[in-house]
Amino acid sequence: MNQVTKPTRRWEILPVAIFLALWEIIARLNFVPGQFFFPPFSVVMEEFGHLIANGVLVDNFLSSLIRVLIGFFTGSLAGVTLGIVMGWNETTNKALHPIFSLLYPIPALGWLPILMLWFGIGELLPIAIIFICSFFPVLYNTITGIRAVPKGFIRAAEILGASRMEILKTVLLPLALPNIFTGLRLEAGMAWRVIIAAEMVAIPTGIGALLMRAESLIRVDIIIVCLIVLSVMCLSFEKFFIFMEHRLTGKWR
Amino acid sequence: MPTIELKNISNFVCRDISVTISNGELLVLLGPTGAGKTTLLNIICGLAPYEGSVLFDGEPIDTIPISRRRIGYLFQDLALFPHLDVRRNIIYGLSTMKRGHNQIEARLDEMCTLLNIGHLLGRYPKDLSGGERQRVALARSLAPAPRLLLLDEPFNSLDIKTRKYLRIEFKRIVKELGVTTIFVTHDFKEAEEVGDRLAVIESGRLEQVATPQEIFFSPNGYKVADFLGSPNIFDCRGYEVLGNGLVKANCGGFTIVAVWDKENLSKIAISPEDIYVSRDEPPGPPINRFRGTIVEEVSHNSVITITIKTKTKDILARIRKEDFLAENLSVGRDVFFILPLRNLKGA
Repeated sequence: MNQVTKPTRRWEILPVAIFLALWEIIARLNFVPGQFFFPPFSVVMEEFGHLIANGVLVDNFLSSLIRVLIGFFTGSLAGVTLGIVMGWNETTNKALHPIFSLLYPIPALGWLPILMLWFGIGELLPIAIIFICSFFPVLYNTITGIRAVPKGFIRAAEILGASRMEILKTVLLPLALPNIFTGLRLEAGMAWRVIIAAEMVAIPTGIGALLMRAESLIRVDIIIVCLIVLSVMCLSFEKFFIFMEHRLTGKWR
Repeated sequence: MPTIELKNISNFVCRDISVTISNGELLVLLGPTGAGKTTLLNIICGLAPYEGSVLFDGEPIDTIPISRRRIGYLFQDLALFPHLDVRRNIIYGLSTMKRGHNQIEARLDEMCTLLNIGHLLGRYPKDLSGGERQRVALARSLAPAPRLLLLDEPFNSLDIKTRKYLRIEFKRIVKELGVTTIFVTHDFKEAEEVGDRLAVIESGRLEQVATPQEIFFSPNGYKVADFLGSPNIFDCRGYEVLGNGLVKANCGGFTIVAVWDKENLSKIAISPEDIYVSRDEPPGPPINRFRGTIVEEVSHNSVITITIKTKTKDILARIRKEDFLAENLSVGRDVFFILPLRNLKGA
């Protein structure tokens, strides 16, 4: 297997290397006037090291990371839990679906003004935004996942003596996992995009806030460092859930 | 194993069905698509609403929840849990019954030996062949020692060879365990091979319950006869034993050689699709070869049913349209027809 994947990975790296080389050359040749606006890749990396060394990047990154983790974890947990209940119990679904279908289309950042008034500028605000951002997609993917389980499997489990709770634990949840993971994977990246936007607008700490400060100081190199961190985090979160999904469902799918 | 009794069962499909299945009996529910076979199975295990009563050893089970009826059900699509490997699929029912580890392992071993699936335990359903999936699904149904086993056309999706092999295997296993069984099929040949008794169901009504031979030779009314394909039945008056299990019977003007190793051959029957028809005299010895004239042809899509008039009896034969055209057959044409030895049934 490794023999097949290794050459493929090498080929994936090549375009990135070419892109970075071109970036460096174009910036060094001063095609774009003023190196402040388009610093070479090496300068960005130098600043990257500097920001890590003085702790600015680490502090802001940790602020964002903790908000994303708490908001995403609680939002997903609530989404999965309520999604299971709504997917499994028709009465609950009928009662809650009209409310959620009204709230779901509101973009997560649309909640920002009202949440600022409710919670003020503090740690709770970005966490609440991430919670909302994660909750709805995970909720609907979980409902879809639970409902997509063929009735034949539920009947088979019932006939084999399983109680409703056992059917939920041993049949519905495992079979709904692919759908649940689709929601988690998509929202893991989205949580980072939303937290940056929220920090840029309303919160004085975090990668988003660092971006805004760098913009006001015309520090394009710091802006690019922040964008690289953001890109890596979005990708890492998505890859983590792809990995987990494969670990949990890869054997039987 | 209990005696199962269905008393005046009715619902949106089934109409006043009453039948008793003896302890350890294998009853085949036979009927065309849409006749109500699956609905009746669903009624028995509690998956469909109904009026009337289902009794196990005289005790009604109508109010007992599905999960506590202790019925094994092999669905048409098998419904093997895709996320569980073979081992966990088989022990699923035992785990829900909270059996101890040793008991579960012992039963698993028993099932593996019985169905020869020990080598499949670590595999997932997606990695199994059609026949292997059938055997695993059967093991899962049998593992919790059900009081009644229901099978809904379990071999439908398999090729003819695997199907035949599994039928034989299935009957051996069910008889070895002595489990009372209801097997659903629309195929008479499958039904007669598997069942102790057949129950013919048509439009939600039970038309006849009898042994395969009784049903084939004495169908109860037009519906049953039509479903069986209106077999040709010859009444025989005496026969001569030829040896090697063969007899030569005198059946109303037809001298028919048939396989018969019992006593008192009174009837011989053959299905219309088993008769070979030819315009020219077929080669080989003139055994079970007769002549007649085609007096009627009825076309059903790719198959043509013809009536061949002989001096003493009209014979129904069913042949493929392309063969009918290739042989240049038509009404009024004289033909030869052969009753193949292996397709004759005696009674």
